[in-house]
Amino acid sequence: MSEIQRARPKVDGGDTKFEPILYLDGVSVAFDGFKALNELSFYVEPGELRAIIGPNGAGKTTMMDVITGKTQPDSGTVLFRGDVDLTKMDEAAIATLGIGRKFQKPTVFENHTVFENLELALAGDRSARASLFFRLKDDQLRRIDSVLETIALTNLQDTLAGALSHGQKQWLEIGMLLIQDPELLLVDEPAAGMTDVETEQTAELLKEISVNHSLVVVEHDMEFVRALESKVTVLHEGSVLAEGALDTVQQDERVIEVYLGR
Amino acid sequence: MSSHRGFILPYLTSAPLGGRILLGVLALLAVLVPFLNLAFPPESALHVPTYVVALVGKYLCFALLAISVDLIWGYCGILSLGHGAFFSLGGYAMGMYLMRQIGDRGVYKDPILPDFMVFLNWKELPWYWYGFDSFPFAMLMVLLAPGLLALVFGFFAFRSRVTGVYLSIITQAMTFALLLAFFRNDMGFGGNNGLTDFKDILGFNLQSDATRIGLFVASALALAGGYLLSLFIVKSKLGRVLVAIRDAESRARFLGYRVEHYKLFVFTVSAMMAGVAGALYVPQVGIINPSEFSPANSIEIVVWVALGGRGTLHGAALGAVLVNFAKTYLTGAAPEFWLYFLGALFILVTILLPKGIAGLLGNAPDSWTAFSKIGARLSSLFPGRAP
Repeated sequence: MSEIQRARPKVDGGDTKFEPILYLDGVSVAFDGFKALNELSFYVEPGELRAIIGPNGAGKTTMMDVITGKTQPDSGTVLFRGDVDLTKMDEAAIATLGIGRKFQKPTVFENHTVFENLELALAGDRSARASLFFRLKDDQLRRIDSVLETIALTNLQDTLAGALSHGQKQWLEIGMLLIQDPELLLVDEPAAGMTDVETEQTAELLKEISVNHSLVVVEHDMEFVRALESKVTVLHEGSVLAEGALDTVQQDERVIEVYLGR
Repeated sequence: MSSHRGFILPYLTSAPLGGRILLGVLALLAVLVPFLNLAFPPESALHVPTYVVALVGKYLCFALLAISVDLIWGYCGILSLGHGAFFSLGGYAMGMYLMRQIGDRGVYKDPILPDFMVFLNWKELPWYWYGFDSFPFAMLMVLLAPGLLALVFGFFAFRSRVTGVYLSIITQAMTFALLLAFFRNDMGFGGNNGLTDFKDILGFNLQSDATRIGLFVASALALAGGYLLSLFIVKSKLGRVLVAIRDAESRARFLGYRVEHYKLFVFTVSAMMAGVAGALYVPQVGIINPSEFSPANSIEIVVWVALGGRGTLHGAALGAVLVNFAKTYLTGAAPEFWLYFLGALFILVTILLPKGIAGLLGNAPDSWTAFSKIGARLSSLFPGRAP
């Protein structure tokens, strides 16, 4: 089955009868001669939850930047839903298309309340004119309420986001991603700086979200990745070093050498 | 929460206390000042002299200008150091109308050409002076001249993602370039002397008390209108997007908002408001010349807003009136100290009152904590002395 498709990275037992939601092929980015991404190729199935790991400087954030339109690749293909070329679009266009991004450092609008943060992220017309005359509809209000419940911030909805704890900000940002209702969510180190309990709850939250969305999670924390129970892609020096279940990947000699071998 | 739903009317009642006070004071001024000026003879103690009417009218124009700067700086983080340019362009558009109104009453008695053109031996009116004998056309230009400049300037600046201090510098360069251009006689705007010796507006003598009062009331109305328009913008979802852009621009982009469109919209609205302020200012002071473009003027506006409290709208208006009142007083009493005073004021406000006077008065119950914070900051400035 897989050979009739384009030249894709082959995955053991991979079911390739769907168009991949995200497809990267031979993507390279260099900054002043430093190759942040070097012929990076991998793809994500619709509805998949994928963890991306790798040591510092492996190119994880650059990869996110390329997918979300912040950085233009020097070469290579980045396709969304099989046929939409992301390298030609800017951040706003890609976000509107259905790709949401959560930053490494929690980035919420600190001078807005939790409710207003979600309202700003709510899927809908993003034009200035629509915003000037925007009026929240009942179903939108219900949608915000349900997301507030999912991220456990209902009681804090009128609190300024700047006053939230670190973990709560992370959840708020995940909630903002959810309410955008993207097909694909990119989540950068969601467990960074969290307590053990918060880390556990975050893993649960992401698994819950992955039921209805495709999800790419970049993470350092091995325990967290294990809790996600997902397929793992290991990046090293800007390209894929290994791919598969966490246990398999952890046995890989090269992976042990560059990353886990301590 | 009122911000959750509704627009148009609910936002009026949700105006902050300071804003309601501002509107109340304006309504009071618009009624009381004309009454005290016209109903009492000059020798009465209750009489408000006409020069005071013009002076306060000027303050109101500056207040509108300050609100226009607060709208972009306080709410969207666009620190314009060139807003004096939009103010001046509105002023010149009004000045051109007033020049055409002089008709053949100028020194050289030319029915068409303003005096300075006759003096320069010009034979006919330059094309860009056409239409300025019509008041509606001139008023349109009051909005369009600053609006178009802001639109074109903003289009390139925001599209190229010029932000922060770099944007401030190019706005400063813009007003400086216009200053130099308007100084030139062959630009056709009166060069160094600018436009002056106005006679009347809409047929009313500019020197008469009634006309002065009319301009004063118009300024009060314009300020109230500018405030309400700005309030409508900042209370809308668009206003919340602006604040989002101010606080985390790239986050707003990744949510799908076209940051440059939002900035361009608010920058252009702000420039048009500044233009209206300039147009009302010129007939009340009787002159517009290139010095209005000077970069120092634009910086002063920012000081007004910072002192009054950025991101509050009514605070900006308050700051403009207070600083200009101090300026009027000090430039009379001790002219050599004015600039030192202004500089010291700016430094002190930045250190002690980051939220300005409006931040101090904004939440009455919190005023005490605000004062104690000032105390704490003061004592941290002088670590030698125990608090």
